[in-house]
Amino acid sequence: MPDINLNVTFTLAQISNVASLTVNDATTGLDTLESSLLADIASAADEPAIEAVRIAAFGKKGTVSEMLKTLGAMTAEERQLKGPVINGLKNRVTEALTARKAELKDVAIAARLAAEKVDVTLPVRQSPAERGRIHPISQVIDEIAAIFGDLGFAIAEGPDIETDYYNFTALNFPEGHPAREMHDTFFFQPDEKGERKLLRTHTSPVQIRTMEKQKPPIRIVIPGKTYRQDSDATHSPMFHQVEGLVIDKTANVANMKWVLEEFCKAFFEVPSVKMRFRPSFFPFTEPSLEVDIQCDRSRPGEVRFGEGSDWMEILGCGMVHPNVLRAGGLDPDEYQGFAWGMGIDRIAMLKYGMPDLRAFFDADVRWLSHYGFRPLDMPTLFGGLSA
Amino acid sequence: MKFTLSWLKDHLETDASLNEIVERLTSIGLEVEHVDDKSSLKPFVIAKVLTAVQHPDADRLRVLTVDTGDGKPPVQVVCGAPNARAGLIGAFAAPGTYVPGIDVTLTVGKIRGVESHGMMCSERELELSDEHNGIIDLPADAPVGTSFASYAHLDDPVIEINLTPNRPDATSVYGIARDLAASGLGRLVGGAIMPHVGEGLCPVKVTIEAPELCPGFALTMVRGVKNGPSPKWFQQRLIAIGLRPISALVDITNYVTFDRGRPLHVFDAAKVAGNLVVRPARDGEKVLALDGREYTLTPEMCVIADDNGVESIAGIMGGEHSGCDESTTDVLIESALWDPIATARTGRALGIITDARYRFERGVDPEFMVPGVELAAKLVLDFCGGTPTEMEVTGYAGHKPKIVSFPLSEVKRLTGIEVPKAESLDILTRLGFEPQGSGDIVKVKVPSWRPDVDGKADLVEEVMRIHGVDNIAPQPLGAHDAVNSKILTTLQIRTRTAKRALAVRGMMEAVTWSFIPAKHAELFGGGQTALKLANPIAADMSDMRPSLLPGLIAAAQRNADKGIGDVALFEVSGTYEGDGADQQRRVAAGVRRGTAKLDGSGRSWAGNSGPVGVFDAKADAIAALEACGAPVERLQIEAGGPAWYHPGRSGTIKLGPKTVLGTFGEFHPKTMEGLDVSGPLCGFEVFVDAVPEPKAKPTKTKPKLELSAFQAVKRDFAFVVDKAIEAGTLVRAALAADKKLITAVSVFDIFEGASLGADKKSIAIEVSIQPVEKTLTDEDFEALAKRIVENVGKQTGGVLRT
Repeated sequence: MPDINLNVTFTLAQISNVASLTVNDATTGLDTLESSLLADIASAADEPAIEAVRIAAFGKKGTVSEMLKTLGAMTAEERQLKGPVINGLKNRVTEALTARKAELKDVAIAARLAAEKVDVTLPVRQSPAERGRIHPISQVIDEIAAIFGDLGFAIAEGPDIETDYYNFTALNFPEGHPAREMHDTFFFQPDEKGERKLLRTHTSPVQIRTMEKQKPPIRIVIPGKTYRQDSDATHSPMFHQVEGLVIDKTANVANMKWVLEEFCKAFFEVPSVKMRFRPSFFPFTEPSLEVDIQCDRSRPGEVRFGEGSDWMEILGCGMVHPNVLRAGGLDPDEYQGFAWGMGIDRIAMLKYGMPDLRAFFDADVRWLSHYGFRPLDMPTLFGGLSA
Repeated sequence: MKFTLSWLKDHLETDASLNEIVERLTSIGLEVEHVDDKSSLKPFVIAKVLTAVQHPDADRLRVLTVDTGDGKPPVQVVCGAPNARAGLIGAFAAPGTYVPGIDVTLTVGKIRGVESHGMMCSERELELSDEHNGIIDLPADAPVGTSFASYAHLDDPVIEINLTPNRPDATSVYGIARDLAASGLGRLVGGAIMPHVGEGLCPVKVTIEAPELCPGFALTMVRGVKNGPSPKWFQQRLIAIGLRPISALVDITNYVTFDRGRPLHVFDAAKVAGNLVVRPARDGEKVLALDGREYTLTPEMCVIADDNGVESIAGIMGGEHSGCDESTTDVLIESALWDPIATARTGRALGIITDARYRFERGVDPEFMVPGVELAAKLVLDFCGGTPTEMEVTGYAGHKPKIVSFPLSEVKRLTGIEVPKAESLDILTRLGFEPQGSGDIVKVKVPSWRPDVDGKADLVEEVMRIHGVDNIAPQPLGAHDAVNSKILTTLQIRTRTAKRALAVRGMMEAVTWSFIPAKHAELFGGGQTALKLANPIAADMSDMRPSLLPGLIAAAQRNADKGIGDVALFEVSGTYEGDGADQQRRVAAGVRRGTAKLDGSGRSWAGNSGPVGVFDAKADAIAALEACGAPVERLQIEAGGPAWYHPGRSGTIKLGPKTVLGTFGEFHPKTMEGLDVSGPLCGFEVFVDAVPEPKAKPTKTKPKLELSAFQAVKRDFAFVVDKAIEAGTLVRAALAADKKLITAVSVFDIFEGASLGADKKSIAIEVSIQPVEKTLTDEDFEALAKRIVENVGKQTGGVLRT
């Protein structure tokens, strides 16, 4: 800064002589002034310095301003002679000032930016939406709802604690029948009347509860918790089932096959799948069928659907038993329909390759993080069920 | 139900292959669970070791010469078995043979420089057992050069079907053959039984004192039998299906059980005192059963007794005392009918599972009670000799067949396929049904062995399964207008949204048990008798949960115990206030542990996460409520929550004076102690089902948005108030000062200090003001500020801090 001031002082001293110079002298003096100004401009190191040069030249008493003032006192001939010279000087100095100013601004910005540099490799915190997880059971229930919603089914639910009537009697389980025993029921203590509540062993009680509330046509799917007194790698005392029920005046086995094939294709996300329907037995359906699905299990730890030569049992189904329709207040000669049920945990395990059912209920965050789903992975038919 | 292929062919004349039979069984509803087909053992032959010398180069190996019985010179085999010796007869595999137990196809190879042309095998190598201490060592009379499999009776494939409980008829090889024959896979044979011809009356009489438990009893005696082992082929069949041959008399009862689904019992007549009586057991009466165990009986159980006491638990297991053994000379053969439900109940109560119980509880063919004795008596005569008496039949009133009225159109109605009438009738006839009449509706007489068939739907199933389910082509389910309402209920939508909203806050969804330890339930207001399981699977899974919190807190601690202390978990599921259908609540709950805050946990260069606390839980609770559609602007937060929370660091969220929408907070030290967990820990519960249903709106159009053209401004105020004053009260007071102009009030500082006085605090607020009609003048602002200060003063006693 002091250097610049010295320069300016020097320049002013020169300029005070200019007015009295002859043209030739003046020209020589102008040349000196110009080169001195241009040198000052070039050496100005920052914006205040360049501003000082501008004031020294173009301020009220600036060297160039003073020079320009002399033009007014000149004769026309002198002005004609000196005018262009002085104006030329003014223009060139102005230009140089503008250019240097821009240059210095760029330098200043560059310096500031350099000073502001940070280490962008420093880690940032993960978005909570990327950390959170939806449990595979919820995800699969949403997938099921997306598929059946598209087929015109509503989702129905019912209580976990049930009466013997809804869980067994209304579903055509005769008293003492071995099929009842196969259900390994959890019971509560009997009440004063000797009646004991139980934990529903299947989602089927909701069939009756729905028929009691709603006249056909009925198209529902019923996901929910179910309970049986059983525990090993493939059985858990609490598990999840999804049940389906269609009741109208025409629904038949052929329709049932279609619905279940559509479901399996959509759920396992394969263009086609072979299914094997085997006659079987459930007290609440007649005829009853069990369904195996074609798959390939030749690769360890992996199941592929829609290909291969293995069969895997996946669900049970059948035409709603006339006694069940009657229990629901419907005339089996007027109404008919079909129902099916399958394990949500089981189809989730099959689709996503989770080996052990027990881990589902352990809430180990490593497991949840690995097998769980990101909160914004919402199953839709238009976007693909799974991400 | 297990049987062998050769046994099946006793009753089914067929050219079908094993594969065809297996596939057909499954397709007609007799699901084949397992086929034990030892056909891979075919190439193994019986061979004799001629010489055995030490391997020149290996201590543990021997070099054998083996005669394989093919007339060629003996082959050289290197063998490592300790029992390999000259003279041993065993199972030999020639080069080229696949050995299943080691999963190798043999080649000629050199073992330590000595050529080996095959292998003498152990049982494990043939997958017959785990025995691998030496090679198979057969008796000296085993025929060298013949098939080992047929010598060891391993060439008869064993088929196991997974029988559904409705098919008692298929608990017999004969019944299975009948189904296969009906499906067109062969001809049913071998059913005829010679009528019983006996001499003289059976000396033992039978009285039925419990006719409701025993609708029939047939008995005969064969005198002068010689009870030794049953014939080899007979024993082999029993062994193949997993039964242990005992003696001819006992083996015969087992055989008839499986061959015809007719369980029988044999008594040693010499050990029966007096006559037999069928009666309910006396309370506390004891019997030593054939399994060597003593059972204590109750009056619900039916027994066969003599003068000595109980000789047999009806339909389940005979007694040890009167059982047959080698010394038996006079045998009583019993074939009775037992009530299925009573049999099941008794079996369950005593914990006895037998082949007899399996059949009686499903319902045996009443019409085969008498033929069962005839068949058994015939076999006794064949195997043991002797002279039969006449048969004594007690209590049997005969079978009254069910008649089902069957409109043939039902097949099409229920299945969707057209099966020609003649085919439907033919299928039923082949299964033993007797259709009568020729119109569209026929009367079908149900055979005595099909107690499961009651109505026309059952007959449709018979036609469908034999006609072939595969023949039913899928038909689209038509769309219909009536099912065009919402797919999800409001509660379901809210459940789903709450889950996603909490997951978006970095929490992981857990699914925890509905039943929790009684102690945990009690800590959270549960534990009532109505919600205790009578038969929990484990002592600590006994009570239906009153809250999702104990399960989630325990889960968070389990993770902490594995070294992951910063955990955020949530669950949206059911809790139980009582055992009624309307007492199951839908709750969203979550816990945060350690430093698992919304923005992340643990340390970071940009700022460490602090311990979680009441405000983390509050934010989660409000987010969940917001996702459920609760009117967030109208929620009231009250200090304090249920007893399991920290009383000074918890809150209750209400909508109006009565509706509790949720609670949140840190936990009471006693709760933490009771659950045996450590913190920092906070949590919340939101009652999804308590959020009011949205009002039905006539339009989805949103109200028009009015955007003010005037600049919004903010003004700060600080008030000194009593420490007890809640910030919420002050904020509400400020908001109320001008409902039109003031759009928001936020608290940006709380200060307590000596300068204010011991029981005072300062609350600093920022008031957002949105002029609506005109730009506000200084006077306007002053007037507004005055109203704010006045209203806050009135509501809280606060004064502007100076």
